[in-house]
Amino acid sequence: MQRPADVFAAPLIFEQGRPGRANAYLPHHEEGAEKYLPQALLRDELPLPDNSELDVVRHFTRLSQRTFGIDTGFYPLGSCTMKYNPRINDAMASLPGLRDLHPFVPDDLAQGALALMWELQRALCSLFGMAAFSLNPAAGAQGELAALLISKAYFRRRGESRRKTVIVPDTAHGTNPASAAMVGYKVISLQSDARGRVDPEKLRDAVDGETAVCMMTNPNTLGLFEDRIVEIAQVVHAAGGLMYYDGANANALMGNSRPGDMGFDLMHLNLHKTFSIPHGGGGAGAGPLGVAQHLIEFLPVPVVREHDGIYSLDFNVPATIGPMRSFWSNFAHMVRALAYICANGAEGLARVSQLAVLNANYVKQKIRDVLEIPYDEPCRHEFVASAQALKRETGVRALDIAKALLDRGYHAPTMYFPLLVPECLMIEPTETESKETLDGFVAALRDVIAQAHSDPAAVRAAPQQTAVGRVDETRAAREPNLRWTPRA
Amino acid sequence: MTYTPHTPADIRAMLEAVGANELTDLVKVPDAVALRRPLTDIPGPMPENEIASKFAALAARNTALENAMFLGAGVYRHYVPPVVAALAMRGEFLTSYTPYQAEVSQGYLQAIYEWQTYICLLTGMDLANASVYDGATALAEGAIMAVNATGRHRLLVSRAVHPNYRAVLRTYADGLDVAVDELGLLPSGATDFRELPSKLAGKQYAAVIVQSPNFFGVVDTPSKQEVQAIVAAGSAQIGVVAEALSLAVLATPRAWGCDICVGEAQSFGVAQAFGGPHLGFIACTKDHLRRIPGRLVGRTVDADGRTAYVLTLQAREQHIRREKATSNICTNQAHCALIATIYLAAMGASGLRDCALENLARAKKTRDAVCAVPGVTPVFTGATFNEFIVRLPAKAADVLAALRKRRVVGGLDVGRFYPELDDAILVAATEMTAQAEIDALADGLRAVLPALRSERFAAAG
Repeated sequence: MQRPADVFAAPLIFEQGRPGRANAYLPHHEEGAEKYLPQALLRDELPLPDNSELDVVRHFTRLSQRTFGIDTGFYPLGSCTMKYNPRINDAMASLPGLRDLHPFVPDDLAQGALALMWELQRALCSLFGMAAFSLNPAAGAQGELAALLISKAYFRRRGESRRKTVIVPDTAHGTNPASAAMVGYKVISLQSDARGRVDPEKLRDAVDGETAVCMMTNPNTLGLFEDRIVEIAQVVHAAGGLMYYDGANANALMGNSRPGDMGFDLMHLNLHKTFSIPHGGGGAGAGPLGVAQHLIEFLPVPVVREHDGIYSLDFNVPATIGPMRSFWSNFAHMVRALAYICANGAEGLARVSQLAVLNANYVKQKIRDVLEIPYDEPCRHEFVASAQALKRETGVRALDIAKALLDRGYHAPTMYFPLLVPECLMIEPTETESKETLDGFVAALRDVIAQAHSDPAAVRAAPQQTAVGRVDETRAAREPNLRWTPRA
Repeated sequence: MTYTPHTPADIRAMLEAVGANELTDLVKVPDAVALRRPLTDIPGPMPENEIASKFAALAARNTALENAMFLGAGVYRHYVPPVVAALAMRGEFLTSYTPYQAEVSQGYLQAIYEWQTYICLLTGMDLANASVYDGATALAEGAIMAVNATGRHRLLVSRAVHPNYRAVLRTYADGLDVAVDELGLLPSGATDFRELPSKLAGKQYAAVIVQSPNFFGVVDTPSKQEVQAIVAAGSAQIGVVAEALSLAVLATPRAWGCDICVGEAQSFGVAQAFGGPHLGFIACTKDHLRRIPGRLVGRTVDADGRTAYVLTLQAREQHIRREKATSNICTNQAHCALIATIYLAAMGASGLRDCALENLARAKKTRDAVCAVPGVTPVFTGATFNEFIVRLPAKAADVLAALRKRRVVGGLDVGRFYPELDDAILVAATEMTAQAEIDALADGLRAVLPALRSERFAAAG
């Protein structure tokens, strides 16, 4: 199959424009910076391109047209919760009174922003059963790091600095081991049982006087609810450890069950997943951190306080681990999350989780005769399928299926994660997709699998309809070209 | 409004397909962890018009925007051409995930490659990553690079580095059991490197960290000899740039000797937004290629030899190397980096240079106006870009409170971070600072200082 010439390919912005083709956004200065600063402190040249505004508009419009988003099509990306991003959220975050507020303004001039953060904190505490939430962490991985720093401070306070191991089930989320390493913890990986869950008995053998934290997500990355979670928490607590909840899969839980009630001491949320914040191509995220009562004094600073209807930022948290980032929170995302909560209300959020679970079960049901479902029982908001048998029979791998889906207008599912399922495809439809969309996806997936049997080479050659074909990743890594360089 | 498209008929059909009677059957959990009470403290549900009213009311309570504004200190009020939001808010960009599926993400990948290039051209460094959370975390991650490169567990940081950045550095350093020592200040407001030879003698520092312009606005770069001493001691030189616009006119961090350059690029079109999201960057020499954390976009070819972009060198990252990764970071600030890339493309070299010059001009105007007020004096003598500190004849907190009553946010109370400078304010002026604001600040100081000064003298007497 010959790919048509890509008339919308865009040269680099650096290969366009002419020096002096300037846009007059600001007054022009004839004289140079030497009018204000000693020459020795100045740079020689500023080798950036000058483009007309129209050329800039065309350039980035073309780039956008070569980018797949939720607005373009269905995104069944497991553990990423690619739900619709309501535009009201962005409109609220763009209100000048919220968007143009400097973080150092005195509290009395920022009462609206602080009230908003306070209201969001309270809502999150209620939804997830935690005693307090800090909105400080910049993303899920940073919320996780903050939680582990809190555990370290907590054990130091108790004279138990010997606790340096973290138990991470193989069904936990991907960043957990790297975060543990950043606080000097050693990771012990725990194999899940035949039901794809943590076995409290096996866990009992794994914990000891050095156990600091057990990091879990529930539902786990197989999309299964850890139904023995109370016993699991008891085992960890009996050994003196803390329970940490990774909120990556919180979209399955709202209004139904709360990590705080399951026995978790610490948790983070990926606000950009559950609370409909646009992923923006991989960030910014937001990773609020929830803690139980006994860990409040370690929260990162600042904390938002309320007293008689007056709000303030409090930097004097007695045993704080310190601030995690330059300023108080990814505030624009707090605006979006609160707008989303307001739209739904408590009952609406419960409905969101129920329909997310319905959609996942529906897709699973419609494909279970053509792909293996290794843990075939009712799932929560996502499930994993395996292409291992298909690969054996046809040579077509999970990766090939994913690429063939791109040709049919769908984003790929998450692949090869969790690691315990070979040739894994992890599918999370989210609640914002209609039955027709799901039916269309199911038909496409079944079509790919039928083609794998009839013409496996065609599937392995996919994608053909996209801007480029499969990318030479080996060359990218062996001969790193990470920037454009001006011609000498 | 739940943004769910399911009709009752859809739900019935789907429940039937999966063999369940009720939606609640699908989300059953053991009794011990089932939610039994209705949730409190959750606002809504609200129709959109009510949401709009509610947030408009919250925004109106942020009365700061009605004030003359001189706050900077790592976040700057800059002009953003409307074309930036018009492009950046396109749904394809806004609602895309991390571009792991390169074939359907070429546009975003190319934009990030362009961002990496812009940062290299501005800083003079060899390579840059796809961005990190913000300036403070960029510093922490840059410091970890140096720790990993040298195997040393001690950092030497100038006291003129942004106090919030140093605080975050300590948070991260504490996790890794890395010690942080400090270098003091000279009367110019620049870092005092005189102790450098003795401090470096033990060859124990992973890096020496300096910010320029520093927290006080002073251009603060080590001399050639000082850089040589740092190199000779086997330490990395980390340069922090908290006001990226300054790079349009000031010598590049590479030119003054940085191995690693970290900073904050909020000034390139990203909203102040009460502190975030902002835009951290990390750039470095090619020696550090395998140690730089976070995502990197590389240029390569597809199966048919066409130019293609892809996330590369992922073997450094958390989802592959797990506990051996260079960092736990797994998001970048992609959308903020996109905004900055569009901003830089629209401004161009000419526009960016004009913007920087306008900042220099208005900051000088502001400084002249403020220093003409009796009793107000410059604290430091060093060259500055768009902010500076001045000493007042009274406690800064009192003066700022009095100015606030006149709708002037006169800057930042430096004593908040440097107790010995509790009579100083940090004042920023940008191309957005109107002459009326400068007048309001100078007139305000003239009006409020006499009363406060006499009170202070009375207290002292």
